[in-house]
Amino acid sequence: MIQDTAFTIGGRTFQSRLMVGTGKYRDNAEMVAAIEASGAEIVTVAVRRVNLDRAEREGILHHLDTRRFFLLANTAGCYTAADAIRYARLAREAGFNEFIKLEVIGDQETLLPDVAGLLEATRVLVTEGFKVLAYTNEDLITALRLEEAGAAAVMPLASPIGSGLGLLNPVSVRTIKRRLRVPVVVDAGVGTASDACVTMEQGVDGILMNTAIAAARDPVAMAHAMRLAVEAGRTAFLAGRMPRREVAVPSSPLEGMLD
Amino acid sequence: MTAATTIDIIVNGDRRSVPDGSTLLELLRLLDLDPRGVVVEHNRTIVRRPDLDRARLASGDAVELVHFVGGG
Repeated sequence: MIQDTAFTIGGRTFQSRLMVGTGKYRDNAEMVAAIEASGAEIVTVAVRRVNLDRAEREGILHHLDTRRFFLLANTAGCYTAADAIRYARLAREAGFNEFIKLEVIGDQETLLPDVAGLLEATRVLVTEGFKVLAYTNEDLITALRLEEAGAAAVMPLASPIGSGLGLLNPVSVRTIKRRLRVPVVVDAGVGTASDACVTMEQGVDGILMNTAIAAARDPVAMAHAMRLAVEAGRTAFLAGRMPRREVAVPSSPLEGMLD
Repeated sequence: MTAATTIDIIVNGDRRSVPDGSTLLELLRLLDLDPRGVVVEHNRTIVRRPDLDRARLASGDAVELVHFVGGG
């Protein structure tokens, strides 16, 4: 097998390049089975109020083994830098780690990031010792500014959150990967295994996905497919694909043909 | 037996009455919540677990009790 380099973010090394979310599952048992099938080590969670009106008040940690999975809290649903910073601080206080998947959303319909707010929140959180994994669009300049601001990883989208449209802008994502030193993890928009494979073939360090698995007809099977696709795409990238040609080149010898 | 005075506070956006002089730890007990499973914000300031039994509630205080839920 081809030798890969370690996948290290914020000083921590992981075996799997696939990170998965924990939202939108039909039930907790299916969520846990899907995460197992994905082989992911990093799983994302959201910070929300405890629902005091319900008897069932257990959060997700009642179902997830936190010794086996690395929890990556997000700031999903935050529309300002101040809100995202508040959620990040609450998440860190839970006591697991100082990593935060930073989202500052700018628009309800597209859930595209507010890059000004994102940069502002990144700067503040980095000075407070957070390892910031910044969810951003596929814009090189924003990615460079996030790296300068001290982000531990930059996470350009493949396409809008929950859209399942796949990698819309491979050239931009490749450019970001080429120009950044910190890990580039594509976050959001992957719809099926081929999307994950094509994304990894661009040379990015990893992929984070949630809906593509949770909203599949069989999430556990899709999680397994995603695991294979991420490994296949990564290996194909390392193997180095053949050049594209617009004319045919025969695979069999031209010599030795009969008269 | 004297009737305990109560104060009104806002917990997770809803008004609740608690005995006057309650601490945050006592509020969690009242709500049947394990302090290890929630993060507490008191008037916009995070209160660490060891300090929950020292932080006293006053009328009109806003308390947020949060935890991790499924998300992407």
